[in-house]
Amino acid sequence: MSTWGQLNLIDAASPLQSEMFLFHDHAIVLLLGIFSLVAILGVKLTFNKFTSHTMLEAQSLETIWTIIPALLLLWLALPSLRLLYLLDEQSNSGIVLKSTGHQWYWSYEIPFTQSLSFDSYMVPESDLNHGDFRLLEVDNRATVPFQMETSVITTSADVLHAWTLPSMGVKMDAVPGRLNSMSMFVEKPGVYYGQCSEICGANHSFMPIVVEAVSLKDFVNYLEGAE
Amino acid sequence: MSAVEKNAEYEELKKKIWCPPFDARFPNQNQTRNCWQNYVDYFRCQKIKGEDYAPCEYFKKVYTHLCPGFWVEQWDDQRENGVFPGKI
Repeated sequence: MSTWGQLNLIDAASPLQSEMFLFHDHAIVLLLGIFSLVAILGVKLTFNKFTSHTMLEAQSLETIWTIIPALLLLWLALPSLRLLYLLDEQSNSGIVLKSTGHQWYWSYEIPFTQSLSFDSYMVPESDLNHGDFRLLEVDNRATVPFQMETSVITTSADVLHAWTLPSMGVKMDAVPGRLNSMSMFVEKPGVYYGQCSEICGANHSFMPIVVEAVSLKDFVNYLEGAE
Repeated sequence: MSAVEKNAEYEELKKKIWCPPFDARFPNQNQTRNCWQNYVDYFRCQKIKGEDYAPCEYFKKVYTHLCPGFWVEQWDDQRENGVFPGKI
């Protein structure tokens, strides 16, 4: 069911997604300003009775209406570039989560004293429990600690896939033969959902991504228990 | 548990996890070569310094953290069969 809350971007669970949310608002302010100005000018020009047959050039006006849009573009470009470079920052602390795309499921590896590896398949609709999300639940969730950097390294075993977690502001193509890394900082404990975001074949829609963020203590216990 | 104890516990837990540090040769999103180079370096290091040379283990630590398991298996097979394309 659609709700009003879905009109906006997804709730941010990482600093980068918060930044992107702010940048979205920043850009929307500019867009609304331009839209309002153009709309008002359009209406005024259409309905006013004053016309000038003699005005052929207006140097100062042209200078102003060149400089102002240039400044507005700069106002948009600088925060955008800052964000672009922020998104590219790589973490060197915390943990590594390796995700490999397959047709059509994700497999994960978490390196610890021994590497923990498992496949993550979507739970079919017939097996869902009450309250589960259709087409989003998986049998094995990837687990990461919160309040800590996670370096997600993604690749594919067959065709292009894309590992995505909207609430973390993370989306990266999984390319066969290539390792793509991205940094993710989960702020809050919780279960976060994403979907494969690169058309990868018949069951592209049925290979969701679920990440469970737990405390570092629980994370280490989980890994030690799995060994 | 006091804040100090909690902090100490957290620091202890942090010691158990590890992530490869930044490598200036591979500053980009693309880490393929980082994984490959550390794999090659590990076996090259063992070949030159001997299998018991402890510092070589660092390369292994890095490549096991970066490389997908199925890549490593494939390369191990290639080395066994003498068809590994890298210089070891």
